[in-house]
Amino acid sequence: MSNIIDKIFANSTKFIAFGILLLVAWIFTVLFEHSLESIEAFGFNFITEDKWAPNLEKFGALPAIYGSVISTFLAMVLAVPLAIGVAIFLSEIAHAKLKAPVGVSIELLAAIPSVIYGMWGLFYFVPIVRDIFGGIGISMLTAGIVLSIMILPFMAAVTRDAMNTTPDILKESAYALGGTKWDVVKDIIIPYAKAGIIGSFILALGRAIGETMAVTFVMGNVHKISTDLTEPATSIPVTLANEFAEADSGLYYSSLFELSLLLLVISFTIISIAKFYFLRRKRIGQ
Amino acid sequence: MATIVDITEEKALKVKDFEFMYAGADAPSVKKLNMPIAKHSITALIGPSGCGKTTLLRSFNRMHDLYPGNKYSGEILFKERNILNPKEDLIKLRIQIGMIFQKPTAFPMSIFDNVAYGLRLQGLKNKTELQGRVEKALQDAAIWNEVKDRLKHDANGLSGGQQQRLCIARAVAVEPEILLFDEPTSALDPISTAGIEELIVELRERVSIIIVTHNMQQAARVSDYTGFMYLGELVELGRTEEIFVTPKERLTEEYITGKFG
Ligand SMILES: Nc1ncnc2c1ncn2[C@@H]1O[C@H](COP(=O)(O)OP(=O)(O)O)[C@@H](O)[C@H]1O
Ligand SMILES: [Mg+2]
Repeated sequence: MSNIIDKIFANSTKFIAFGILLLVAWIFTVLFEHSLESIEAFGFNFITEDKWAPNLEKFGALPAIYGSVISTFLAMVLAVPLAIGVAIFLSEIAHAKLKAPVGVSIELLAAIPSVIYGMWGLFYFVPIVRDIFGGIGISMLTAGIVLSIMILPFMAAVTRDAMNTTPDILKESAYALGGTKWDVVKDIIIPYAKAGIIGSFILALGRAIGETMAVTFVMGNVHKISTDLTEPATSIPVTLANEFAEADSGLYYSSLFELSLLLLVISFTIISIAKFYFLRRKRIGQ
Repeated sequence: MATIVDITEEKALKVKDFEFMYAGADAPSVKKLNMPIAKHSITALIGPSGCGKTTLLRSFNRMHDLYPGNKYSGEILFKERNILNPKEDLIKLRIQIGMIFQKPTAFPMSIFDNVAYGLRLQGLKNKTELQGRVEKALQDAAIWNEVKDRLKHDANGLSGGQQQRLCIARAVAVEPEILLFDEPTSALDPISTAGIEELIVELRERVSIIIVTHNMQQAARVSDYTGFMYLGELVELGRTEEIFVTPKERLTEEYITGKFG
């Protein structure tokens, strides 16, 4: 009897796993099909062309790609050091009484829906950025800051978890040689947890690059490549969110699909690198 | 009161009325313990699991201070100063009193960097001197021949026994006066165990050694003095052959003849 149940269970899980793979393939196919018109029209120029002019039927993805890359890069530059700092504080410095409440609040922050970060960014961050850095406040910089705030809790929580996997006995061994807390953090804990930390950063990067709602409000959807970070800009998901409803020609529509196909490929690549390269189950030395 | 043999050698440590209670515990794990530790000899601590051997050992380098809320009182004299003094410089203390753990604890770095670690912490940067000290430490730990061609390799690639000797090399590299071993062979196979025991005996010439072991044969093989602990107290401390042949306390005799444990 239990044999049969085991078999049913094994087969149904197999079926579900296979179904998920099929789903991914299906999404991919649909996006690709809808992108065909644009791929045929622009070929490789789609990603190197910097003009996005729907009224002229000209679609170049470079400004959106540029915006995705720069806003994500900004977010990472701002969030990485903070996340490491918060994680070190939570795993090594904070008093036990502080660890739990601060840790839980950070996990709560990580659970806030991104649209809320977007609204909050629009009403509170846009004016602040405008006052401090000039411009209209709706800008690449604001997007980067809002994104960094959005990914920070996740990064900090996962980095802390990775640091907490360092065996006490390993830390004690370094203390036993006359190490200070700082020595132990930088020489033992961070190297030990390195793969997990980098993996979490890459997952956060994947999240930032595909993030839509948090940045749609604050980026401006302007298809222009500018080195001035206080200028409005756009990103792949921001373009998609803003323009699908108004796509009035087949080519416009198809170009948007090709953008989403690009985003999917980028996200898949990033997540795969994180999963297969950094987040593999670690061989424990002892 | 415990039966404590007269130790003719100089003392490496003197434990006086030492009492230790873990954070949140309702009874002390070490109770009013008095114990001299002879210099340049090997003192084994034996006793049934949970009797406080590890707790006592980790007091000698103030390891317990890494965790908040533990309470201790009494004195542990090292070079006539009480190392339990809150003003004690723990960094210096831990350089002078090294520790080897129950499991090998190779750091996530190369073999060379593992051994150089303590020296670098002290600010030693000179390459030739570092190289010399690392080589000497590895020789002292009888592992030089096995690793000399792969000093740059990750230390976690070594076998368990090799890693444990690497940890000993790392500890002797900073030239401590006392080395504390907490069941250093409990995770090792018999051959590696024999190697580590031999090494410990050789180290005695230069350092005073305290070794916790749950293995009475090990205590008999390596140590000069043996202390038998029970329920947080020292029952008897004597010359090892006397403890195992003619113990003075009935409890000690019962333990070494296997009546409990
Ligand atoms: N971190 C701790 N917190 C509370 N109690 C502990 C802790 N570590 C050990 N103890 C208790 O202290 C006593 C002595 O433990 P220990 O020194 O580890 O014994 P041994 O090394 O002789 O086996 C035991 O009763 C154990 O349960
Ligand atoms: Mg123990």
